[in-house]
Amino acid sequence: MITTRNLTKRFGNVEAVREVSLDVREGDRYGLLGPNGSGKSTLVRMLLGLVYATSGEISVLGHRVPNQASRVLPEIGALIEDPAAYPHLSGRRNLRLLDAAGPRGERRTRRRRVDDALEQVGLAGIDRRPVRAYSLGMRQRLGLAAALVRRPRLLILDEPTNGLDPRGIRDIRDLLVGLNDEGVTVFLSSHLLPEVSALCTRIGVLDSGRLVLQDQLESLEKPTGHVLISTDDPERAVATLDGLVEHRDGPDLVVRAPDPAELNARLVHAGVRVRSLVVRRRSLEEIVLDVTGTGSDQFGVPASEPRGTVKAPPPFADEVPPDPADADLPAATDTVPPGLRKPEIS
Amino acid sequence: MITVELFKLVRRVRTWFSVGLMCALPLVVAIFIAVTHLSPPPGQGSAFLSAVLDNGQLYPAAALALVLPVFLPVAVAVVAGDSIAGEAAAGTLRYLLARPVGRTRLLVAKLISVTTFTLVAVIAITVTSYATGVLILGPSRASAVGTGGLGGSIAPGGNGLPTAGLQAGAAITSLSGAPLTTLELVERVLGAMAFITVSMLGVAAIAIFLSTFTDSALGAALGALAALVASEVLVTLNAASAVQPFLPTRYWLAWIDFFRQPIFWRDIQRGFAIQAVYVVVFLAAAWANFATRDITT
Repeated sequence: MITTRNLTKRFGNVEAVREVSLDVREGDRYGLLGPNGSGKSTLVRMLLGLVYATSGEISVLGHRVPNQASRVLPEIGALIEDPAAYPHLSGRRNLRLLDAAGPRGERRTRRRRVDDALEQVGLAGIDRRPVRAYSLGMRQRLGLAAALVRRPRLLILDEPTNGLDPRGIRDIRDLLVGLNDEGVTVFLSSHLLPEVSALCTRIGVLDSGRLVLQDQLESLEKPTGHVLISTDDPERAVATLDGLVEHRDGPDLVVRAPDPAELNARLVHAGVRVRSLVVRRRSLEEIVLDVTGTGSDQFGVPASEPRGTVKAPPPFADEVPPDPADADLPAATDTVPPGLRKPEIS
Repeated sequence: MITVELFKLVRRVRTWFSVGLMCALPLVVAIFIAVTHLSPPPGQGSAFLSAVLDNGQLYPAAALALVLPVFLPVAVAVVAGDSIAGEAAAGTLRYLLARPVGRTRLLVAKLISVTTFTLVAVIAITVTSYATGVLILGPSRASAVGTGGLGGSIAPGGNGLPTAGLQAGAAITSLSGAPLTTLELVERVLGAMAFITVSMLGVAAIAIFLSTFTDSALGAALGALAALVASEVLVTLNAASAVQPFLPTRYWLAWIDFFRQPIFWRDIQRGFAIQAVYVVVFLAAAWANFATRDITT
């Protein structure tokens, strides 16, 4: 859907984007991550033909950009940084105007498409109030609606959940997943790791204009071979799993176990009551911090630390408290919500 | 896209506010003249103003002469300066271009929108000032004053036409003294309106050009006005006579020649030509800049 080859953009002496070779496939929910100023917005603007590349090639939906942008853009819905609208007009009027401005905005279906888009983003009930009177969240939703009016095949969204409250973020995430299920490819940029982790199937990481990582999120977040268990009877568990317990903090144990099912069976067999059993995965945060090279070593466990030391404070003493949320989780689950994923201990 | 631009123009409060203001100025002037019966002596003040007490039907011409030096160019520069820069500052430019609206297409639509605005303003001024002239200053009266009311002295400098005095009792008189029929007057007013609209397009082109460089609509408008002021200064400067034929405001007052009998075409033609050159050059430059520019706002 989107391919770039050695894409570079220089503004004067500043290289905003360097040699980026992006590969977004059909059906992806692709998350472009990177801190502010890493070149995300410039890259997005180049994909839309707003900023011209210094060198390199862009192909979107099989067409070259910017040369054939006019053939590609009608198939794309875009949110480019902040949403923008004519403040003295109503939201509905703004969408109709934008639709009328370009190609593929059939007049016959315009009213219905605009109403559909507003409903999709949760603005079905907006009245004739001018956009000037909208809240930040409403403007953001309106911007998303503008991207959806033409029922695009590809969504390019720069920071789509900006300014939304938790409820709004959830709504938009559900909306994007729903659209993706219907075949819309979603490409979004964000610096919010939990957002991307919850939504995306594939990620790319930009660091100072370079694409330092690009892969399926699933394979990046592969199990680390560690399992976190929480038990009423930690002593017995340590005794049962002799040598496999790497850390202990009260009722919580970090156990080295490539096969969580086998571990579970062993504990059950020994009569150890387990409250929760969570397979450890590398979190997106670690993945990103690793490749962006900013203090990835902070996450390493000193190699000299003896394994299975009882009462030795784990390196994440303050980040791995007995989490009450863990207790609600079914045992041996892989489907931990991202917010609950613990950092890796390697 | 053109429809969209015109819709945006129509829905802006600013559009109607500025048109209203431009119509109000001649109205205020007319009220003062009607109340005091003091019109400027011939050869002083704004063109045609000296004659309107005798003939209210001439007031549209006087009104156009009133708004031409400042009001109209300011309004046109503001609207044209806002065309691209305003969209860029509001962030709507990137959404329009990603819609996609071709950059050339957008410029053309903006030019048409500005032209429409100018035309609407000129028509509104003409219509309201005709009504003002007839209602407040009264329809053409037989003038008892036999001395030259409309002297050649109000014609733009460098125009050495011999002028005749106003003929006493003539209903409507050309600047040259020969009477005009109502049809002729209407034709000439239309000609003047067309000429003034085209004169404004030069300003508009400069403002649109500057508008493609900046996100500040005000900056673009003021830049275009600065160019006009500079041009006005040079037009009156003898030392600058070498460049005067090429200045955008050099032939601005040539529309007055429509009210001569016969019409004195030379300056009118040159006026049209110089404006055409400005429009073509500055729009080409605007296009060259805009089409290759990175949109980072």
